[in-house]
Amino acid sequence: MSSGKRMRADLILIGALLLIAGALFLIRGAVRKTGGSVAVYRDGECIAVYSLQEERYLLLEGANGGSNLLRISNGAADMIDADCPDRTCVGMHPIRQVGETIVCLPHRLEIRVEGGAPPEVDVP
Amino acid sequence: MSRTRKTILLAMLTAVAMILSYVESLFPSVGVPGVKIGLANIAVIFTLYRFGWKEAGAVSLVRVVLVSLLFSSVGAMLYSLSGAVMSLLVMGLLRKTQRFSEAGVSVAGGVAHNIGQILAASFILETARLTYYLPVLVLSGIAGGIAVGLVSAVLVKRIPE
Repeated sequence: MSSGKRMRADLILIGALLLIAGALFLIRGAVRKTGGSVAVYRDGECIAVYSLQEERYLLLEGANGGSNLLRISNGAADMIDADCPDRTCVGMHPIRQVGETIVCLPHRLEIRVEGGAPPEVDVP
Repeated sequence: MSRTRKTILLAMLTAVAMILSYVESLFPSVGVPGVKIGLANIAVIFTLYRFGWKEAGAVSLVRVVLVSLLFSSVGAMLYSLSGAVMSLLVMGLLRKTQRFSEAGVSVAGGVAHNIGQILAASFILETARLTYYLPVLVLSGIAGGIAVGLVSAVLVKRIPE
């Protein structure tokens, strides 16, 4: 097969993948909304839910005896420290949209923004 | 090519892949899990074109295991392995069709790698909701794949057999 034909096949492949990525972005954009609370999962089990409106620091206990420090402020949750070797989660952006997650694989923790009214809202 | 020569070349390619992984780890995180250029894939694609998918698989898997043990953790290893295996399967198949150049093979491999990682993470964490990052990861797989593919194509062409 000539190199021109190969290049065309490459471009078609890249174009198709770009279309898929675009479609995925559109779908995600359509269902996007600002979250009200943040849930903490360990081994797939929800261990706590916190309001995103209340400023606080939380020390989370992960699997394998590890721990992570989570900060909630201005409607967003951000992992600011972890005692695992790779600390990938600390490098992640703060999360505020429903469905966004911060994952700590070594401690099998997942922090996920969820919708709904925050549980500790003061209703006058 | 003698057996010894081949063993030595593959060992050297594995070492190059490990160095590329290390170089990549020096880049700051962009804040989205799994977004990477995939520099180590340059060595894997080179091996795929010069030797074949079995040899490329050996270089890739040995690279993942050693890099995880040296710089990271066992949890992260499962995650990388899943990406590496997916990527190898897709790249091996596309290479076999003879229809695509290194760039096409590399782009498909990059996207497959990222999907493999999401699958592993979803499995380890027992949740399927990591798909939030799927669009970004498909896009970053394409971008990284193009860069890696173009470099690989030049290397395959220029480095004498």
